[in-house]
Amino acid sequence: MKYIDEFRDRDLARGLAAAIAAAADPTRQYRLIEFCGGHTHAIFRYGIADLMPTNVRCIHGPGCPVCVLPMARIDHAIALATRHGVTLCTYADLMRVPAGERRTLLKAKAAGADIRMIYSTQDALRIARENPGRQVVFFAIGFETTTPPTAVAAKVAKAQGLNNFSIFCNHVLTPPALRTILATAGPQGVRLDGILGPSHVSTVIGSRSYGFVPQLFGKPVVIAGFEPLDVMQSILMLIRQLNEGRCEVENQYTRAVTPEGNRKAQALMAEVFRPRETFEWRGLGFLPDSALRLADDYANLDAERRFAVTIGEVREVKGCECPAILRGIKEPTDCKLFGTVCTPDNPMGSCMVSSEGACAAYWSYGRFREPGFRSATV
Amino acid sequence: MTTDRRFPVRLDLRHGTVDMSHGAGGRAMAQLIAEVFQAHLDNDLLRQGNDQALFTPPPGRLVMSTDGHVVSPLFFPGGDIGCLSVHGTINDVAMAGARPLYLAAGFILEEGFSLQDLVRIVASMAAAANAASVPVITGDTKVVERGKGDGVFITTTGVGVVPEGVTISGDLARPGDAILISGSLGDHGVAVLSRRENLGFETAIRSDTAALHGLVAAMVAAVPDLHCLRDPTRGGLATTLNELTYQSGVGMRIRESAIPVHSAVVAACELLGLDPLYVANEGKLVAICPAARAAELLAVMRAHPLSAAASLIGEVVADPHRFVQMETTLGGSRIVDWLAGEQLPRIC
Repeated sequence: MKYIDEFRDRDLARGLAAAIAAAADPTRQYRLIEFCGGHTHAIFRYGIADLMPTNVRCIHGPGCPVCVLPMARIDHAIALATRHGVTLCTYADLMRVPAGERRTLLKAKAAGADIRMIYSTQDALRIARENPGRQVVFFAIGFETTTPPTAVAAKVAKAQGLNNFSIFCNHVLTPPALRTILATAGPQGVRLDGILGPSHVSTVIGSRSYGFVPQLFGKPVVIAGFEPLDVMQSILMLIRQLNEGRCEVENQYTRAVTPEGNRKAQALMAEVFRPRETFEWRGLGFLPDSALRLADDYANLDAERRFAVTIGEVREVKGCECPAILRGIKEPTDCKLFGTVCTPDNPMGSCMVSSEGACAAYWSYGRFREPGFRSATV
Repeated sequence: MTTDRRFPVRLDLRHGTVDMSHGAGGRAMAQLIAEVFQAHLDNDLLRQGNDQALFTPPPGRLVMSTDGHVVSPLFFPGGDIGCLSVHGTINDVAMAGARPLYLAAGFILEEGFSLQDLVRIVASMAAAANAASVPVITGDTKVVERGKGDGVFITTTGVGVVPEGVTISGDLARPGDAILISGSLGDHGVAVLSRRENLGFETAIRSDTAALHGLVAAMVAAVPDLHCLRDPTRGGLATTLNELTYQSGVGMRIRESAIPVHSAVVAACELLGLDPLYVANEGKLVAICPAARAAELLAVMRAHPLSAAASLIGEVVADPHRFVQMETTLGGSRIVDWLAGEQLPRIC
């Protein structure tokens, strides 16, 4: 398929693998963090690790919106559907994510809550239009990639006077999370040499948004596409920067990312949303100016204002290492629960269930590499 | 059709709908059976008119299988719930290497369902059964209140006879065996999804729904020592291979580049975030045979119209972990795991 096959080509991959092997200095380690779960999954799904020298390591970052969502927010969504009886529209990724006491949206749905899986904000608007007698809440989640469509939905709902529609906003921002990872990097945090920058997020916010990384933290960034050859080429570009002592923001994903990003999308976000003073990230804690709420002009579309919900303390499952994994400090296989009580069919933490989660990638694609699973024929 | 004196006024098959009386066991049900089911599915055994069909099975070992069909929407590019319910059960029977003999069909109809759509579905079943020479010889009809069903659910049961000397079972894969697939993956799932109300995208892809017993007969005749056959329906190829590794206590190595997938299916899957390896098929099979017979089997498959794109995708290996491992198009390795959760509800 055009625009897909070219970026998954075996011969080009071999060429890149050879270039990486030639460029990587055998006397040093290259610890590269990929911010996005999409990159983590590309690395595992295509077996990129098999094509890398052993001194080039990929560390998995927090760029999985489902993974960084605190359990209490899922409980909040469940409460909207069960206590307030709303029709809750959600992307399918969230259905099996564990909330407190291992509640999930899927279980709430089975128990009778009206929870609908949707593919786009347009579906949520349609459901609201078709059911004027019901309150319809869109469970908005994601980084800057999915935020502009939510902004459009808010504008449409406002313009059309869709009074039974509201938004449970959980949109978060990439730069504050990256800043947190970098600020805590070092002996106590994650040890890293360079960053594979977000792909789709960068189409919206632009490559200029990462200038602070080399300036303040002295680490190089290469914005990388999600196809396997994008990832490999970006790794090569990072290795070259490190070898040459350069430290800058480079853009591998030039077919989609510009320095200034998508101005129209940025303007939409600026109109409809405002930064929250603080927001809790699973694994990273409370980060200032790291998430969005609806602006005052759109306040009557805010499900958190429309429906009073109180959520008590929600405890993580004991032993779940998702928080350390999201900070890049531990690997999924360092977790005692990994593959024992925590599997994609029976997830204890969201990193095992999200399609962008590191634990899910390790388990579903890569567990044959782990010592306990290694078999004679491999 | 001659006028049945019990029913002086014919059912209005153009504008009429199913009502509760059509499942109540009385005259209305008898009329629905006569004018819809018998009218289309007619055969000697069905015409016996009893609560069961009486037949003498041919000599040999019999297999029996049953399959419920709840696909949504009922009509999709390349097929509908009617022909699907015939093909699905014929294929389940045929995957033992068997020659399917007869089908039974149970209908659960929802009050208010259009008789015109019901006729279309039953006619499609009849056409599929006729084409396959596997008649529906007994059936059942129930009606549930509006809102308690979703138009129509169909359960079909089939019996078949296994030829002498053929033993095909999911637990017979052995290290060294070859793994073959009969054609491109994911067509059925993508065709059905393309007509989902909340998705609706344009695609040229049609469901691959087809009865595979003719193909199986040719394969078994050429390579009677086939070890395993299975149709990769729900959960797709990935799930089927994992079922077989689990049953046989083996592992598998497959090559991504050898697995045929239409580019339109690849495109739809990219868009929807699906993996074609997990998308349902209704007219494909996986075959596992001794490596020495693989070339012959592949040639027989490629000579059959339903499997012209057959491909040798890998081999069975010894592996205590029973992993299905795949060499990726890029040249790396990964596991192809069981489907976790529910990717596509109500696909068949």
